Amino acid sequence: MAGSNNPKPTPPRWLLAELTYKCPLQCPYCSNPLDYAQHNSEISTADWKRVLSQARKMGAVQLGFSGGEPLSRQDLPELVEHARQLGYYTNLITSGYGLNEEKIIQLKEAGLDHIQLSIQASTQELNDHIAGTVSYENKKVVAHLIKKHGYPMVLCVVIHRENIHQMQQILEMAEELGADYVELANTQYYGWAHKNRDLLMPTKEQYETAEAIAQAYKEQVADKMKIYYIIPDFHEDRPKACMNGWGTTFLTIAPDGVALPCHSARELPGLDCPNVNDFSIEQIWNDSKAFNFFRGYEWMKEPCRSCDEKEKDFGGCRCQAYLLTGDMYSTDPVCSKSPDHPLIDDAIHTARISALSSDEKPLIFRNSKNSKKHTLNS
Amino acid sequence: MTLNPDLTITFSPMHRLQWEEAQQKDVILYPEGMVELNQSSAEILKLCDGSRRLEQVVADLEQKFSTRGLINDVTSFLEVALNNGWIKQP
Repeated sequence: MAGSNNPKPTPPRWLLAELTYKCPLQCPYCSNPLDYAQHNSEISTADWKRVLSQARKMGAVQLGFSGGEPLSRQDLPELVEHARQLGYYTNLITSGYGLNEEKIIQLKEAGLDHIQLSIQASTQELNDHIAGTVSYENKKVVAHLIKKHGYPMVLCVVIHRENIHQMQQILEMAEELGADYVELANTQYYGWAHKNRDLLMPTKEQYETAEAIAQAYKEQVADKMKIYYIIPDFHEDRPKACMNGWGTTFLTIAPDGVALPCHSARELPGLDCPNVNDFSIEQIWNDSKAFNFFRGYEWMKEPCRSCDEKEKDFGGCRCQAYLLTGDMYSTDPVCSKSPDHPLIDDAIHTARISALSSDEKPLIFRNSKNSKKHTLNS
Repeated sequence: MTLNPDLTITFSPMHRLQWEEAQQKDVILYPEGMVELNQSSAEILKLCDGSRRLEQVVADLEQKFSTRGLINDVTSFLEVALNNGWIKQP
């Protein structure tokens, strides 16, 4: 079944370096896998440097240092320096926890290009609740320091039912903090977010109100702040062109050195994702089973296989197809042509009932205890 | 925003212009994004170093490529660049 035998895949352009799964925050929509606590080994500084060099040689140019919280790796400045010398555009994707002025200067001197700071809400109470950690005031201090030291700053806010009513205040906060870009990331329902979906998914009316506010604000601040709006795909008729196509652009390296075609791909069965300690990036990208699995169109089932839009969206997201239908080859159920599309309507309906009921279950926060518990239960 | 011909033009400090060996082209890099440039766009942007106004950018390009009449093309590209935040004027 697996992949096409395309002799020359396009080279990677985007490298996501997940340095660690350790994180002081506990966001219940975290994109790390549910079973992250089982993967607690971390590759060495020398391993990371080798990976960065090999991927750069193939053509990777955008580099995201992510996690977990990448600042919990003490060798971060050393890795930034190495990456910058190789010519990467270096992005730090951080909660801001552990970032002080000394560190911001140190990273600047090492050549860090940009900092993306997450913030969970526009009020301290809600931010600290969602993050599971007291962090709001520190994030605001960090935002000012990022701008003080001349970095471009992206403020990233994941949007869900608990904070979607704050859309206007979130945008005002971003403008006040001097963000150059604000990323309004509607929650994508994998991993932890999938587990908490009934509690996180807004109603259609909430989405529509929030989007209208974001659109109006976009025009108002066009000259000074750019707004990226990541669509809630459950309310679309067609799936997203996930990862710009499997194995075409994106390469993720997990903390333990496992190479993934997308950061959720660990959840898919039978890919045998390779480790950078066993293979070079070139071998992994060009020849591994995992990276060839969903390349091209040969793997597709109907209705994708004969669809005239398959080159636009590549059948959507494999992880979403697997999580919702149990079959990773099926059409992303977001697509209205999918026979499984009623699953999306059911999910929206169930979340709506949960939103209107008075006895909601508590959110499952992302931490090692819950990771172990929910790995065993699933 | 329109380009002011009386002011100098500087490439944005929030972006990076870089030759990419793997792609054999110049690119603009910025937070989580990249724009691939054709050769003429890259040549125009390389002259936006804060020392030249529009007229001087055009004159230098016309001299470099031994041609004339670039003013309209250069102006329209620089307006796109200005609106994308790739260049700045004081």
